Amino acid sequence: MTDRLDQRRFGWVAATTAATIATHIEHLPAWLSISIATVIVARVATRQRGLKRPGAMLRVPLTLALVTAIVMSFGSVFGRGPGSALACGLLALKLLETEQIRDARVAIAFSCFVLMSSLLFASTLWFSIGVGSVLVVQVGALSVLQPRRSMGGRDTYATLGMAARLLAGGLPIAIAAFVLLPRLDTPLWGSRGNDGVGRTGLSETMSPGQFAQLMLDESPAFRVTFDGRTPRSSELYFRAIVLTDFDGMTWARRDDLGFSAVLPAPSLPVVAYDVTLEATSQRWLPALDRPFTAPPDARIDPEQLIFARLPVTQPLKYRVESSPKAQLSNTLTSRDRARTLRLPDGFAPRARELARQWRSEHSEDGEVVKAALQMFRANFTYSLEPPPLGRDSVDDFLFGTREGFCEHYASAFVVLMRAAGIPARVVTGYLGGWDADGYLLVRQSDAHAWAEVWRQGTGWSRVDPTAAVSPMRIELGAPAANASTSWMGDAWRSLRNQFDVASRLWTESIVRFDNLRQRGLLSGFGVVGVGHRDLLLGFAGLLSIAMFLAAAWAMRGDRALRGDALDRAWARLRMRLARIGINERPQEGPLDLLARTRIADAALAQRIAHLVDEYVTLRYACPIPPSDRVEAFARSARRLELPHRRRNVTKRHSATSS
Amino acid sequence: MSVPDTGLLGRAIAWSERRLPALTRFKERETLPIRLDRRRIYVLPTGFGVLFGLLLFVMLIGALNYGNNAAVLLTCALAAAAGSSLFVAFRGLNRLELASLHADDAQAGSPRRIQLRFDPGLRTRNALRVRHAHGEIAFDLLDGRPADIEVDLAPTLRGWQATGRLRVWTDYPLGLFRAWSWINPEREFLVYPEPEQNAPPLPGGSGRLGEMTKTGASEEHAGLREYRPSDPPRLIAWKPSVRHDNLLVRDIEHRSGETLELVYDALRGLDDEGRIRRLAAWIEDAERARRSYALVLHDTTIGPASGAAHRSACLRALAILPAATPPA
Repeated sequence: MTDRLDQRRFGWVAATTAATIATHIEHLPAWLSISIATVIVARVATRQRGLKRPGAMLRVPLTLALVTAIVMSFGSVFGRGPGSALACGLLALKLLETEQIRDARVAIAFSCFVLMSSLLFASTLWFSIGVGSVLVVQVGALSVLQPRRSMGGRDTYATLGMAARLLAGGLPIAIAAFVLLPRLDTPLWGSRGNDGVGRTGLSETMSPGQFAQLMLDESPAFRVTFDGRTPRSSELYFRAIVLTDFDGMTWARRDDLGFSAVLPAPSLPVVAYDVTLEATSQRWLPALDRPFTAPPDARIDPEQLIFARLPVTQPLKYRVESSPKAQLSNTLTSRDRARTLRLPDGFAPRARELARQWRSEHSEDGEVVKAALQMFRANFTYSLEPPPLGRDSVDDFLFGTREGFCEHYASAFVVLMRAAGIPARVVTGYLGGWDADGYLLVRQSDAHAWAEVWRQGTGWSRVDPTAAVSPMRIELGAPAANASTSWMGDAWRSLRNQFDVASRLWTESIVRFDNLRQRGLLSGFGVVGVGHRDLLLGFAGLLSIAMFLAAAWAMRGDRALRGDALDRAWARLRMRLARIGINERPQEGPLDLLARTRIADAALAQRIAHLVDEYVTLRYACPIPPSDRVEAFARSARRLELPHRRRNVTKRHSATSS
Repeated sequence: MSVPDTGLLGRAIAWSERRLPALTRFKERETLPIRLDRRRIYVLPTGFGVLFGLLLFVMLIGALNYGNNAAVLLTCALAAAAGSSLFVAFRGLNRLELASLHADDAQAGSPRRIQLRFDPGLRTRNALRVRHAHGEIAFDLLDGRPADIEVDLAPTLRGWQATGRLRVWTDYPLGLFRAWSWINPEREFLVYPEPEQNAPPLPGGSGRLGEMTKTGASEEHAGLREYRPSDPPRLIAWKPSVRHDNLLVRDIEHRSGETLELVYDALRGLDDEGRIRRLAAWIEDAERARRSYALVLHDTTIGPASGAAHRSACLRALAILPAATPPA
């Protein structure tokens, strides 16, 4: 047996390498992708022609060049981006020197690592399915390295099938491990998510589609610990930014705000809480309305937002007291009024027309608000993947697509209100969160946009048009709202929706799984307050059960030892005969049994003679007994009527034995 | 006979052989058929398996560090598949049966070729391997089809020789775990003595070797006659022909009348093993020359006769002669 890889095995290793690197293609620099493809193709082609592998004279400079190029391109070899680029390059270079089974094993093991690292860049369902299929190829490639006869074309399918079965067999314990492995609260090194890839929180502008990115981002935005109980999720509107100026495309913050007007002391109840905000590189600090104490180094501005003196570049912990019932402000200057009624010239003519119509029907501002919400509730659907909007985003949305998420609703609602002469503005922030033991985790995907309208007497008050469309968004959070998109429409859309549900399920149950969900899941089974140690102990328990089951499977005998159908039928017949006195003697053949029966009971022998004959024929005269005859034999053996009373032979036999 | 392993595993096995002979079946021989079961199948990770385990650990730490659950799941799935391969490897050997054993004629000093008939039961077993004298042989067994595997065993001395211990192992499917079992069948095979290389020619006539007189030219050519075109070429006596104008052939009619006596005690100037080897060589020569011969060992005489059965009987008698006991 030679250890040199034959063409077939080398082909598997090359294909595994290529498939693994392909999972990284999206973020690799073009020059690297092209070089890697060249190296792989050149290596496969030259090896097929029987050329030897390139010597160290070529491999060492190539490796040095790879490292140098990555340092020049990324500035470093550390971190996610440059690290994975380096790993891909090294994997391709490993293929260059792979000649023996040993090398191939190392290459495949390394490719497993590279494959894992590709998931650090994307974890969508589609991508994960792709990565999973590459994993099947990798496991298959390891098994191809075994000495084995080739089965021709079917070999590939057989190998992949074997690998898939092996992975599927291990899946239950893999899922148990996934659920029970303790998760790290803080990373051991580096920081999650923001090395190399920019992360965006809420920004001080809002334009169509901007939130869509944000709402897929599962990283935490901030955590809140309440003194006392956590308010209901429909009260958890964390205000971050107020957007007043609209140019037809983008909502922006006012830049002409003065100093804060002095507001009356808050009325009860007061909610006090600590917020731990992740770094945002911006100055806003989210708070429930209406905050009345600013943390040190921050101030409350006239829109009742809290702004830090410096951008938040490190996780920041601050304490806020809010009064949910308090007015946001009691005065509206004429300048403010003009500002919050302004619309771009000639923008959204149909929306203005609709607003004018409402205005003429209703004298009360409240009635107009209700009419708008009523329209949303009746005709609109909530979707995270709405169709693109044309030049006039509001008219397109209101009279065209009628499908969108919070950003679209808030924007359209404010435009309608302004057109109807009601001062209105867009507020962005976060809504809801994941309620854990004693604290609330708010993620970027909980970002939300709503509206505030001015009413004489009550001042600025919150109106959430999204709530009219998808109340679940408010009660259960963004993912739940997305899962319940309309199931009507053509087949493609229904398919897309179904996949969207699967995708959401994947994101919900796998990608977003963490410490909190782990505890939540376990508390569903009545397990509360477990530490890392308990989790590991639990996993060890499950693992031993799984190993016990696997060992039972591995030790299970195969059919040969349990006997075939013919032998089983024969054994049953012998058992029945034994019951009426023709006891079993292991040393005796079928014909001897018949002879003995004939001595004991000639009539019985007559009746079983044809069965014995048939058994002898099937067992000894046919290399492979035909199954129909075996079945017929089993049937007639079963139907054979035997006398019920015990024969005197038995008595004699038992008398001698006792 | 097993070839000693190198490396840590080999040393561990060598140690366990010394300390736990029952465990490794070093002493115990078994009657055929031998069926492997859980009491005699051992599983340990291979070197690659240990490396792979470390890699999985690194992958897991990396995935947990980045809080990336898809990567955690991938790592767990890979680890579970790797773990399952342990049981698959075990299952590859479990209930494998060595049904029978057959050996060709073997000579001392050259490798013994034996055929092992393995019965896989109703299960396909992939990438089984048997370690033998010259390395390893890998084979697959298809379900329900027993197959003969030929292996060469290390050369031994003449006489009855045990099969020795064989290692059957597999690291199918992923090469991460190696399951192995020792097989030490009770069967013994007769190993014929090694014939002496370049042995002197057969003793002439019926005279005992020790009394053989110097032979003249005429006697040297006794049993030879001139070549006739109808003679088969294998009868040509090439060496004597060199010194003649014509080719000479062995005269079958002539030699059939004569019986060659190969007498153990008459051989002088050789030790016991040397005598045995020379007699073995002469038996082969006599067979080749199609002569009738008798073997006289101390007080037993075999033959005279010729043919394969006689040859076997003679070689067998030589093979089982007790080895010389060194003088006390």
